[in-house]
Amino acid sequence: MSKTLYEKLWESHVVCTTGSGSCLLYIDRHYLHEVSTPQSFESLRTDKLSVRRPETNIAVADHSVPTRRDGRPIADPQAAAQIALLEQNCLDFSIPYIPLDSDEQGIVHVIGPEQGLSLPGMTIVCGDSHTSTHGAFGALAFGIGASECGTVMATQCLLQKQARSMRVHFTGRLQDGITAKDLALALIAKIGTAGAVGHAIEFTGEPIRNLSMEGRMTLCNMAIEAGSRTGLVAPDETTLEYIKGRKGAPKGEDWDKACAYWATLQSDSKASYDKEVELCVTSILPQVTYGTRPDQSLPDNGWIPASLTDDARNALTYMGIEPETEFDQIGIDYAFIGSCTNGRIEDLRAAAAQIKGRHVAHGVTALVVPGSGLVKKQAEAEGLDRLFLDAGFEWRAPGCSLCVAMNDDRLPAGSRCASTSNRNFEGRQGVGSRTHLMSPLMAAEAAINGRIVRTMGTGS
Amino acid sequence: MRPLTIVKSLAVSLPEANIDTDIIYPARFLTDTRKVGLGEYAFLDRHESNPDFPIRTGMEQKILIANENFGSGSSREQAPWALADLGLRVLIAPSFGDIFHGNCFRNGLLPICLPVPTVHELHRSAVLGREFEINLVDRHIRIDGTRLAIRFDVPPDGRESLLNGWNETTRILENHTDDIITFEHKQRSEQPWLWH
Ligand code: SF4
Repeated sequence: MSKTLYEKLWESHVVCTTGSGSCLLYIDRHYLHEVSTPQSFESLRTDKLSVRRPETNIAVADHSVPTRRDGRPIADPQAAAQIALLEQNCLDFSIPYIPLDSDEQGIVHVIGPEQGLSLPGMTIVCGDSHTSTHGAFGALAFGIGASECGTVMATQCLLQKQARSMRVHFTGRLQDGITAKDLALALIAKIGTAGAVGHAIEFTGEPIRNLSMEGRMTLCNMAIEAGSRTGLVAPDETTLEYIKGRKGAPKGEDWDKACAYWATLQSDSKASYDKEVELCVTSILPQVTYGTRPDQSLPDNGWIPASLTDDARNALTYMGIEPETEFDQIGIDYAFIGSCTNGRIEDLRAAAAQIKGRHVAHGVTALVVPGSGLVKKQAEAEGLDRLFLDAGFEWRAPGCSLCVAMNDDRLPAGSRCASTSNRNFEGRQGVGSRTHLMSPLMAAEAAINGRIVRTMGTGS
Repeated sequence: MRPLTIVKSLAVSLPEANIDTDIIYPARFLTDTRKVGLGEYAFLDRHESNPDFPIRTGMEQKILIANENFGSGSSREQAPWALADLGLRVLIAPSFGDIFHGNCFRNGLLPICLPVPTVHELHRSAVLGREFEINLVDRHIRIDGTRLAIRFDVPPDGRESLLNGWNETTRILENHTDDIITFEHKQRSEQPWLWH
């Protein structure tokens, strides 16, 4: 019988069925961070349980860490305690932990792939909804809650129900300057934030094959913003090239065996999906959101629509924008380049090329926050830090930073930010703050102009 | 976990769609490592903009009638913990965020999906101050003063867990340790690279 990639990944991890429509699914990798695990460890202690395979777990602090560190102690006592608790828990349960001062520290979804720990064919979980990122490798990766983090550590399994399958097929050719972020936002605008609820998305088509691993990660990262816990791209040469030689990658004979197995991780040509969406990418312009949901994207003509749903009207009120205005009249106060969506080396290179020789607009605070210590080091080796600093950007240490506003980086109420993160929800970057989502290219351009300007197409 | 069989209570109506977990539990309180006592943070930003916002500490209703895509976004389990801490036990909406939906069952909260027109009716009943009876045993909602008996479906696993107050982790270990060992042997020989 023909099978989709999702079905193959699912079936290869079923330990048993439970009789009520759920399966016990085996989990190969668990990433931990400081926010979603304190209560998981507490449950392990209450139930007197140990961790079944500590070596399949890896922990790092990212959400609450300050991005101005220089070896100083963490000022926020609650954040300091939360991070210290993660360290202690890892010590008590023999779980590998990447310390804050290590070059390998970074956002959990950046460091996993970087270390070669996210491999095709695996099941990967983390107490974080953007775990869908790792699906870029052809792994079944999804976000879970803290209770499930405890369950995975103790049993190496989770009780799960199989999702329906969904194919998002891209056709056409991306224009220069259009990134994976634009693809993701255009898709979400088309199908809505609940467009893929209950489904596991597989991305297919020529434009996907042409994306780098970084681009694929950006796209899969945003699958959750369309409601899908899982985004998938079948592994190919690009995938193997990225993985080969990384710290956690299989070596020698194992590598050959693994490659042979990974080659089978494709949807069969006759496989059928529960839902199919097709999107031609040729005419996609740089995307930018105007509202408080990732699917509220600016129309191609660059004008905020005149007729709006109640929802969109409320969003505009929150955002402090009038209907029927031309978008590039709106000034920004902040620009943020970073997060697990767009904090990888390729993102920083694109932004740096955009700002070279120019300067951040007066009154704008612009932050570049590399996704990991290794990304930071690489960027510094390429001189990107100098380009950013000379242009008036701040160059920070790795962490979630302004993506989540639960660390020292927070925006004041009423301020407006051009952001490469993934959620423009009310208050996501600080109480009352206003977020416009876009690509690193667009955010860099916004920082320079002090307003959001499309880097190409109508409205530029 | 506290079992759930029958819940009788007034209901609170929150008709706004797309209430994400950032709204339910603002990120800045995520450095709190507790699991109980988080109710004080629930919907805090809504309280600031609307002093009469009904979902707050001291509320008496155990049932929340919400709208589409409730609990979407971030996987933070602090959202269901905070709602449970306020004494809520049943959430009714046309649809829920996937991860949030699953998290509810592990925390003594019953999420019920019903069609939009039905949920609309329930909002009206909630506003009219009618008492609801949610019966997880026979899977019916009954509303005081009406002859309505609305049947609902709920995933069988989740239902059983709630009815019995089960702990998922210890139950897996009790019932499936042998299955897990068998799986591991097989995977180890077929995909050895996952085992070094
Ligand atoms: S960067 Fe943002 S989305 Fe990514 S893990 Fe951190 S908080 Fe979550």
